[in-house]
Amino acid sequence: MTRVHDMGGRFGDGPVDTAPEPVFKEDWHARALAVTLAAGALGQWSLDTSRHARERLSPADYARFSYFEKWISALADLLEETGVVTRAELASGRADRPSPLAGRALKADKVAGVLAKGGPADRPVNAAPRFQPGDTVRTRRPARNSFVDGGHTRLPAYAAGAVGRVLSCHGAHVLPDANAHGLGEAPEPLYTIVFDAAELWGAPERAGDEVTCDLWESYLRPA
Amino acid sequence: MPHDHHDHAHAILPPDPALRVKAIETILTQKGLIDPAALDEIIDTYENRIGPKNGALVVARAWSDPGFRRALLEDATSVVAELGFYGRQGEHITAVENTPGQHNMVVCTLCSCYPWPLLGIPPGWYKSDAYRARAVREPRKVLAEFGVTLPEGTKVRVWDSTAEMRYLVIPMRPEGTEGLSEDALAQWVTRDSMVGTGLPRPPA
Repeated sequence: MTRVHDMGGRFGDGPVDTAPEPVFKEDWHARALAVTLAAGALGQWSLDTSRHARERLSPADYARFSYFEKWISALADLLEETGVVTRAELASGRADRPSPLAGRALKADKVAGVLAKGGPADRPVNAAPRFQPGDTVRTRRPARNSFVDGGHTRLPAYAAGAVGRVLSCHGAHVLPDANAHGLGEAPEPLYTIVFDAAELWGAPERAGDEVTCDLWESYLRPA
Repeated sequence: MPHDHHDHAHAILPPDPALRVKAIETILTQKGLIDPAALDEIIDTYENRIGPKNGALVVARAWSDPGFRRALLEDATSVVAELGFYGRQGEHITAVENTPGQHNMVVCTLCSCYPWPLLGIPPGWYKSDAYRARAVREPRKVLAEFGVTLPEGTKVRVWDSTAEMRYLVIPMRPEGTEGLSEDALAQWVTRDSMVGTGLPRPPA
């Protein structure tokens, strides 16, 4: 296993609660989302870094925190680690001094533009992709970050070491394994790989069912 | 960037999550890093403006216009961007079409990736451990919990959103919708049918 967030294929979680609910079940859920997005707009960390901040909550915290508790707790950790706020400020609940980053604060009249602009992950790269649609590939095993022990990766453990087929190539995308750790964007070709459910689970629910993952070239070898 | 340490800053904050959010919001506002009016604007955007009606319009048009459908399946990102559906968590879109032979279903086992510009903020079940853990291994049992049973001859393909590609399921157009306008068709398209955990149904 990589980390606690990597739960695809796990048994024991019980039925899915499909009851309808409002967009934000609690007011603080909406605040948590908005504060996280506004803090992200300060530009002190990447999306990949913020995903990893949630993943490296302790397994006990990850399991007991609700969804937006994970967001807000990981945000507190990131704010402190990047020096945007101090531990003393978190402890007192009050700012000790204005921030030198204040000029970057997201203003209300800029929100629509920032949300609409997004942050595309594709990058121009001249090198040709190593694999073509239809090629057979095997994924890295075990699933791991090859730069940092316990680091961020997007190869789920359930798909590690599995043989699949290239469905499509999406051009080069930022490599989360590098970018999450401040090691640069290191763009690589990104592929959709389709796996037979029997390859992943041994005994699938029904023969012929499939699972796809979007995987970077360095996760893959010819098979 | 610090990586693993065992005195996480979040543990300093109040344990109640609503107070925890409030504390961070207060500190950041006092430091000049957050404009409370911008927070209200973000919330209003996802509560009232960006939601599944965007995706429903795309599906209804794909059902009505064969040229649009072909273009959508070829390059959904640019086709939906032309309709104004582009932005955060929707920078790269793939549309996947249900057929009698294949039912498509979307999950993000590692977090909760979801096509925000087309469907809005993901619902609680999409973010739940139960859905994330089980959708890839036992999609048919999960579908049954949503009241969906597929014909035996229909293969399930589950799309695990492990990168920045976001998936929109184009459900099959239901019988009995012949001659309906795009607007009327859009009323049949539920959020869940565009994630692959539901089927289109007549408007209530």
